[in-house]
Amino acid sequence: MNVTVFVPRDAAALAVGADRVASAIITEARARNLDVHVVRNGSRGLLWLEVLVEVRTDHGRVAYGPVKPSDVPSLFEADFLSGGDHKLAHGLTKEIPFLKGQTRLTFARCGVTDPLSLDDYRHYQGLKGLEKAVTLAPADIVAEVTASGLRGRGGAGFPTGSKWKTVADARADRKYIVCNADEGDSGTFADRMIMEGDPFVLIEGMAIAGIAVGATKGYIYTRSEYPHAISTMEDAIEIARAAGILGPSVLGSPYAFDMEVREGAGAYVCGEETSLLNSLEGKRGIVRAKPPLPALEGLFGKPTVVNNVMSLASIPIILDRGASFYRDFGVGRSHGTIPIQLAGNIRHGGLYETAFGLTLGELVNEIGGGTLTGRPVKAVQVGGPLGAYFPPSLFSTSFDYESFTAAGGLIGHAGVVVFDDAADMLKQARFAMEFCAIESCGKCTPCRIGSTRGVEVVDKIAKGIEPEKNKVLLEDLCNTMKFGSLCALGGFTPYPVMSALTHFPQDFAPVPVREAAE
Amino acid sequence: MNMRAVATDEAIRISAIIEDCRHLEGPMLPILHKVQAEFGFIPESTKQVIAQALNLSRAEVHGVVSFYHDFRSHPAGRHTLKLCRAEACQAMGSEDLAKSVKARLGIDWHETTPDGAVTLEPVFCLGLCACAPAAMLDGEVYGRLDEHCLSDMVTEARR
Ligand SMILES: Cc1cc2nc3c(=O)[nH]c(=O)nc-3n(C[C@H](O)[C@H](O)[C@H](O)COP(=O)(O)O)c2cc1C
Ligand code: SF4
Ligand code: FES
Repeated sequence: MNVTVFVPRDAAALAVGADRVASAIITEARARNLDVHVVRNGSRGLLWLEVLVEVRTDHGRVAYGPVKPSDVPSLFEADFLSGGDHKLAHGLTKEIPFLKGQTRLTFARCGVTDPLSLDDYRHYQGLKGLEKAVTLAPADIVAEVTASGLRGRGGAGFPTGSKWKTVADARADRKYIVCNADEGDSGTFADRMIMEGDPFVLIEGMAIAGIAVGATKGYIYTRSEYPHAISTMEDAIEIARAAGILGPSVLGSPYAFDMEVREGAGAYVCGEETSLLNSLEGKRGIVRAKPPLPALEGLFGKPTVVNNVMSLASIPIILDRGASFYRDFGVGRSHGTIPIQLAGNIRHGGLYETAFGLTLGELVNEIGGGTLTGRPVKAVQVGGPLGAYFPPSLFSTSFDYESFTAAGGLIGHAGVVVFDDAADMLKQARFAMEFCAIESCGKCTPCRIGSTRGVEVVDKIAKGIEPEKNKVLLEDLCNTMKFGSLCALGGFTPYPVMSALTHFPQDFAPVPVREAAE
Repeated sequence: MNMRAVATDEAIRISAIIEDCRHLEGPMLPILHKVQAEFGFIPESTKQVIAQALNLSRAEVHGVVSFYHDFRSHPAGRHTLKLCRAEACQAMGSEDLAKSVKARLGIDWHETTPDGAVTLEPVFCLGLCACAPAAMLDGEVYGRLDEHCLSDMVTEARR
C-alpha cells in the first residue's frame, strides 16, 4: 500500500521545522518498512498549525499539526497513515473551520497541490483561463478584467482593467508586464505563499496580461528576503517554458510571452511602482514623479503594466469563470475576494481568503481567536507599516476599501497585525517614524527630514519634555509629511502615528502619569 | 599569491560575472548580487570595472550600491543573523529578543563579533509574520523564536 503524505515546503513551515519533519517521516517509514510517498506542498495558510502534515485517505485528506519531528514516531503508532486518531489530529483538512469558512478563489490550489507539478496544476483547473484567453481578442480580455471589478491588491486599489486598457491602447515597439512581488509590509505574506505554493497561477496571470495588452516580456520583482519564493518561481518558469506555456508561442497560439525573476536588494521603497522600475533598470530606487504614468512610460520608457502578485494571480479564475462570477463576491465597490493575512499576536494566524465585507472584529476575535498570549487586544495595525492602528472600539469597520478609508485607515495589502495590552503605542508611533527615516528614498524633504524630526519629537514626549507643545508639533509634522510627500511612504507614515496618538492618548501622557497607570 | 596575482584573480572573477549578466536588460542588480555572493561584499575595485562594462561613471555605480541596504562595503562574519524588527514580530516580543541577542553577542546592529563568527543585521519582515518572532540565519528561516532557540542558534554558529 502506497500512502501519500503532505509536508509543506512553504517558508513559514520550513521556519518551524518542516524539513526535519519530512525527513523524520521518511526515516520512520523506512524503519517500519512502509511505503510512504512524501509530497512537499504549499501551505494551506493555517499557520498556527504548521508544520501541518496531511495524509491522503479514502475519505479525503486528514490533518495533523503542529507536528514536531519528535511527534513523528507517535503518529506512526497512532496509524496516522490511515487517518488514525492522535492528540494532534484535526480530522479532514477541508472541514477545519478556519479553512471551511473561506472562499478560496486565488488560493484555490495553494496547499493542495505539489507547487511544481504541472499535472497537479491542470488537474485542479489550472490553465483554463489562459486557454480561454488565447481564443479571445485582446480587447475582450481587458473588457472581462474591467467587468470583474478587480482592483489592485498592492495597496492603492486602482481598477486593474483601466490600467490594462491604458497599456493596451499605447503604441510602442515593446511593452512589459511587471509583477510587483516586493511585499515589504509587515504582516503580509500572501504573495510569498502563492509564489511558493502555486507559482503557475502567477505565470498564467502574467501571460494573460501580456496577451491582453500586447506585451511579450514579464518581470517578477521580488525581495531578497524571499529566497524560497525566488527559487520556486524560477523552477516553475523553466517548467512552464519547457511545456510551451511560455515562449515564442504561448500554448501554441500566435502570442509570445516570456518572463524572468529579479531580486531586489533590501529597500522597502522599491515596492512603490516607479522606484521598482528604476531598480529593475539598475538604478537607485528613487521614486519618479507622475506623470508620466508607468502605463505609458514605464520600464525602459515603454508602456508597462505594474500589478501586484495577488492582482495577477486572480486573473486566471476571472477568465475561466467569467467576470460576473468574480464580481458577485464582495460589497459596494470592493468586488471579489481578498486574501487577508492574520499576523502578530494572534491565536489563529494565517491566510484567510474571503469576500470583502467581514468586520475587523470578526477577523480578529472570531476567525483569529484573539491574541496568542490570551491577553486583551489593544490595537490592530491594518495595511502594513503605513497603515493605521485600530482600537477595539472600531472593530465594527467592514473590511473593504471604502469603509477603511472612511475610518481613517487603509487595507493596503490586507495584512492585519494584532497587539495585546502590553503594546506601547508611543513606541509604535516612534517606530513608524524611524522606519520612514530608514527607508525614505530621500527625494522629498518632508519625508527624509520630517521622519527623523518625528523620532526626536516622540522621544521628547516620552521623556515628558513639553509634551503638549510637542504633541502639536508632531501633528504639524504629520500634516507636512502628508501633504508634502511625493509617495505614500512619506505621505502615509502619518496614519500609524496619528492613529496611535488619537486612539491611545494615554500612552502619550506625561511620564509620571504613565508610570502611575502601570 | 602576491598582490598583483590577487588583483588579477579578482578581475577575472568579476569579468566572468559581468559576461554572465551582460545579455540581461538592466544587468546592474544581478551583477551586484553575484559580486556579493562571490566576495561576500562589494569590493571597491569592482565599481570601476562594472562602470566601464555598463558605460557608466564609477560614481553612478557607487550611488546604486550605496542606495540598497543589502550591499555590504565590508565582508560579514562567517554567519549572518538577520532578526526581524517589523511590527508583527514586535507584537510577539522581538524587541526583547533583540536586546538579549545583542547582549549575548556583545554587538549592536550591523556589527560583527570580534571572533568573526556572527554579523547581526536587522530585517524588516521576512513574510513569516504569523510565526513571529522570525529570523534568518545564512538563508535558513526560523519562526516562533524564543530566547532559548535563539541562543542555541547563536551558540551553534559561534562554534
Ligand atoms: C512605499 C510603498 C511601498 C509599496 N510596496 C508595494 C509592494 O510591496 N507590493 C505592491 O504590490 N505594491 C506596493 N506598493 C504600491 C505600488 O506602488 C503600486 O500601487 C502597485 O504595485 C500597483 O499594483 P496593483 O494595482 O495590482 O495593486 C507600494 C507603494 C508605496 C508607496
Ligand atoms: S515620500 Fe519619501 S520615499 Fe516617497 S518619494 Fe518622497 S522621499 Fe522618496
Ligand atoms: S514582521 Fe517579522 S516576519 Fe513579518
